[in-house]
Amino acid sequence: MVSLPHSVNPVKLAVDDVAVSYSGKTVLKGVTFDIHEHEIFGIIGPANSGKTSFLKTLNRMDIFNPAMSFTGRISFSGQDIRTWRNVYSLRSRIGVVFPLPVGLPLTVYENVAFAPRLAGVSRKEDLDIIVERCLARAALWDEVKDRLETLGSLLSGGQQQRLTIARALSQDPELLMLDEFSIAVDPVTTMRIEDVLKDLKKEITIVLVTNLVQQARRLADRMALFLDGEVVEVGVTEEMFAGHVKDQRTKDYLDGRFG
Amino acid sequence: MFEASELNIRNRKVQRLFRILFLLMTLLLILPVAIILAILTWKGSSVINLSFLFTSPTEGMTAGGIFPALIGTIWLVSVALLFSVPLGVAAAVYLSEYARDNWFTRTINLAIINLAGVPSIVHALFGVGAFVLFFKFGTCILAASLTLGIMTLPVVIVSTWNALQAVPMAFREACWNMGATKWQTIRRIVLPNSISGILTGIILMVSQTAGETAPIMFTGAAFFLPHLPHSVFDQTMALSLHLFVLATQVPGVPEDLPYGVAFVLIALVMVMNSLSIAFRVYLRGKKKW
Repeated sequence: MVSLPHSVNPVKLAVDDVAVSYSGKTVLKGVTFDIHEHEIFGIIGPANSGKTSFLKTLNRMDIFNPAMSFTGRISFSGQDIRTWRNVYSLRSRIGVVFPLPVGLPLTVYENVAFAPRLAGVSRKEDLDIIVERCLARAALWDEVKDRLETLGSLLSGGQQQRLTIARALSQDPELLMLDEFSIAVDPVTTMRIEDVLKDLKKEITIVLVTNLVQQARRLADRMALFLDGEVVEVGVTEEMFAGHVKDQRTKDYLDGRFG
Repeated sequence: MFEASELNIRNRKVQRLFRILFLLMTLLLILPVAIILAILTWKGSSVINLSFLFTSPTEGMTAGGIFPALIGTIWLVSVALLFSVPLGVAAAVYLSEYARDNWFTRTINLAIINLAGVPSIVHALFGVGAFVLFFKFGTCILAASLTLGIMTLPVVIVSTWNALQAVPMAFREACWNMGATKWQTIRRIVLPNSISGILTGIILMVSQTAGETAPIMFTGAAFFLPHLPHSVFDQTMALSLHLFVLATQVPGVPEDLPYGVAFVLIALVMVMNSLSIAFRVYLRGKKKW
């Protein structure tokens, strides 16, 4: 067996026996795994398997949703996220990309400058640097550099999704979570974004939720299969696709023999 | 090949019938408004001129102008706005953005609906008891405007709430995920994108406030005053009450005079509404999604 570099990296996110429920109804339980720095951790599984709820738990969205609650322990950079001194500072270290691009009703420039402004960056020169750098990292700079003052919502769907990635990167997050980012994006743009993610991996940790098994295969170093609110299996992507799986359900899902 | 069936033909006839029916209903709605405006313009325009607008009533209010009443109405509406807009918008923001769905929130919502259903004469008596007597403001602009403000609060709250709810939830979630607090999200995204809807509520409130008579007649409006109010603790004349007085209380008023007053009152409301609508159109041009 090949020893992969990610396994020697320090643990970025330690998830221990996490369960999530809405109004007392459990949607996810028994989640236990570590995510290492500089790896792309894929989460695959069909709809309603608890993938998105898991992401929402990671950045403490339960605080803004009275119906949502979670048990168990999640450590981010070694600190329990429940005891994180300020939930807003936790969220500013985690970038999130949604299935459908949400361009805030602002210009392209202001979309990317939004979070840095909230964090207190106010000098135009500093913001200019951040905006250019993030748009470049999201492979969008060349396409929009001449129209930074147009509304974000006027960009094409694929451009808007890259805009949200640029926005998610605007606070130099340590972790980037993508929730089925390619649902509303054409294949060419999807490939461009995938290349971006492979690059970003050198600097940050990425959690990639996807219902496309092949996308997980292309990108993820390790992955977990979520099914009906449970984690069926966690493993190294290459090995899992090579057939080294413990659970028959994993094999069926990876082979596409699943509902 | 594409022959219409019996049923197709009948469906089309029924559809036409309903279209005409709804059109007639709409025209019926416009009719009273058109008639009111026509009569007021026809009968009132003869008395309208600059000296009518800018002089005080004379000869026991049977002649002269309406300047103190015009200024009084502007005072009353402005002070009422200063009170009910910040309060109403703040309450709506709380209910829409912060409040959880529990018995407390439901009780508040119920109270707002009930407040909207209270007759204006009851508001007037409340105003007398609370502002004139209990807070010892006396009959003055402040007491009258606060009474008007409380009466129109539900309009401001409900329309602001609707405007806030029209801002997509995804915008809020995107902000929260970036580490924005609820207030930062409201301040930067939610309020700027609901301002035109909030203005709609304020337009409605201005129209209602300028026309109300009952709530002000016991709390701050006077039949006749020879001078203009100097502060919110003075009494004032008001167009709506002046119209009521001319029409019912004063003998020997020339027939056209009340029409002139009514015309000015409606024109005042329409001017204020037009300004707000122009501002809304300007804002909508900048709408970003």
